[in-house]
Amino acid sequence: MSPAPAILPERGLADRLTALFWRHPRLLLAVLLTPPLLWLGVVYLGSLAALLLQSFYSIDEFSGVVKEEFTLKTYGELFRAQNMDIIIRTLLMSAVVTVGCAILAFPIAYYAARFARGKWKAIFYLGVMLPLWSSYLVKVYAWKLILAKEGIVTWAADGMGLVPVLDAVLSIPGIGGNSLSTSYIGTFLVFVYIWLPYMILPMQAALERVPTSMLEASADLGASRSQTFRTVIFPLAMPGIIAGSIFTFSLTMGDYIIPQIVGNSSRFIGLAVYQLQGTAGNTPLAAAFAVVPIVVMLVYLWVAKRKGAFDAL
Amino acid sequence: MTAAVEFRAVTRHFGNVRAVDGVDLTIEEGSFFAMLGPSGSGKTTCLRLISGFEKPNDGSIRIFGQDVGDVPPNRRNVNTVFQDYALFPHINVRDNVGYGLMVKGVDRRTRNDRAEEMLALVKLSGYGDRKPAQLSGGQRQRVALARALVNEPRVLLLDEPLGALDLKLREAMQDELKALQARLGITFIFVTHDQGEALSMADRLAVFNEGRIAQIGTPNDVYARPRTRFVADFVGSSNVLPPDVTRAFGGPAAWASLRPESLHVGVAEGATPTGTVTGLRYLGAGSRLTLDVAGAEVAALVPAGQPVPATGSTVGLRFDPASLHVMEGEG
Repeated sequence: MSPAPAILPERGLADRLTALFWRHPRLLLAVLLTPPLLWLGVVYLGSLAALLLQSFYSIDEFSGVVKEEFTLKTYGELFRAQNMDIIIRTLLMSAVVTVGCAILAFPIAYYAARFARGKWKAIFYLGVMLPLWSSYLVKVYAWKLILAKEGIVTWAADGMGLVPVLDAVLSIPGIGGNSLSTSYIGTFLVFVYIWLPYMILPMQAALERVPTSMLEASADLGASRSQTFRTVIFPLAMPGIIAGSIFTFSLTMGDYIIPQIVGNSSRFIGLAVYQLQGTAGNTPLAAAFAVVPIVVMLVYLWVAKRKGAFDAL
Repeated sequence: MTAAVEFRAVTRHFGNVRAVDGVDLTIEEGSFFAMLGPSGSGKTTCLRLISGFEKPNDGSIRIFGQDVGDVPPNRRNVNTVFQDYALFPHINVRDNVGYGLMVKGVDRRTRNDRAEEMLALVKLSGYGDRKPAQLSGGQRQRVALARALVNEPRVLLLDEPLGALDLKLREAMQDELKALQARLGITFIFVTHDQGEALSMADRLAVFNEGRIAQIGTPNDVYARPRTRFVADFVGSSNVLPPDVTRAFGGPAAWASLRPESLHVGVAEGATPTGTVTGLRYLGAGSRLTLDVAGAEVAALVPAGQPVPATGSTVGLRFDPASLHVMEGEG
């Protein structure tokens, strides 16, 4: 019997490609990365640049024609009282929704990361993802019915004798209203429901990376549960909370459907952009409005980094 | 002398698995105590029962005479060096070391001073500003040690603290830990699966097997007079002789142990017993022979410089009869 060859014969195209990529290690990377980079670079960043450019144009107030000349006039318009109202309202709502999501998400994410195993972990993922499988509009309209004056919440409050509580909540000036579905509280509830999965998942991923021994070490050194939470769990979960808050914050800032369906019809940035570029034809101001969330997110990330939110990464 | 830690019929099971099964144990104050055993033998669970991360299903645990059945880990004045060190990655070395003082409300200045003292103790002065990720494995181990000692615990628990280090570093740390324990005078309880480590460092050791203590005693006791076959086998790869082979060695018809280094290999004439060389392993400081004696496999050590018999030859075995240790039970 002759000995096996030292070099095995080539078996066609797959082997030739393997050899090519082995000789030029960067080639495969280039082949894999070119399509997404083209997409990101040209389509995504390109349209972002076009948007930015538009925001530096202005509209002729008499003819309604966009003047393609560089000006900061449109940005100046953002500071008008009615526009500032929209921006502040949107930022407040986004912030409150983010905090609400974070508070609701933490126990769920913590349970899933620390205790859920096997079947329960699958149930957790299913439970978190299931709402994402049905249409966004269906969910929002369902919430409108739930929160309406004739809806199940009012009915349940009635049955449990909690109508005075509901009325008290609805009479809070500023955020209350005629019914839950026509108040800021309603808008908040629907936002929190819709974006909650986007907070739970990154938070759970961050908490999963915290080894149990680290919590034990904290207790071992004399920390109470709340000290361990403040000094170990929370800082280590911070990257996940930030990642989740980027989702909830920016999604709330950009959404233009929920405030139209549930709430008191006051405008949010998303709705303003939608109306300005559509009905009003004021593309420059719509573009300037669209830049606001981008700037806010950049500032937010910068502050978070300065505060050491990513130290645990 | 006071007992630092006392176990009375302590049992801990996980589902059907009895991780710790009716353990009685007394660890004296100021001693360097090793818990030795293969993985899954219950030694780590015992350590976690002392620190409070596990609760016994049955039995009682006392620390310095006080029952700790209802005391959570943060109120037990024992500290642990974790196997994976468990350093907090988001704070620097000084804050890691000072953590135990921080949660007690000690002001920053005092705790920084104390942290520096502790870092000096483990020879890491000047490393306070680094993050744990910027340290080598050996340095992290020292930080974990400094962090555990900052609270001045009365008992220090070490869970395989040297397992992740390479051989040279491990030997250096063994000496340092021993010296540190002598200097501080506090009780060290050390979990390891490395019998060499346990023998060289401990004042007393407990050999664990399947959730029970197979033997407890000084390293010399355990090594020279193993109580069971398991102990003889686990501590120092001894020859475990079945009753008929023990008879061939001139002993009673009972299980016995005989250390390979106690056997001297020589000419077959006039020796009892004799054996056939079946294998040879070169170890540097000597050679380990495998012999067939009365149908059983027996190992003998030939020191370097002495002639090594050829495989297949018949040799005679000579030994001091006192080194043949007859075991109490079958174990």
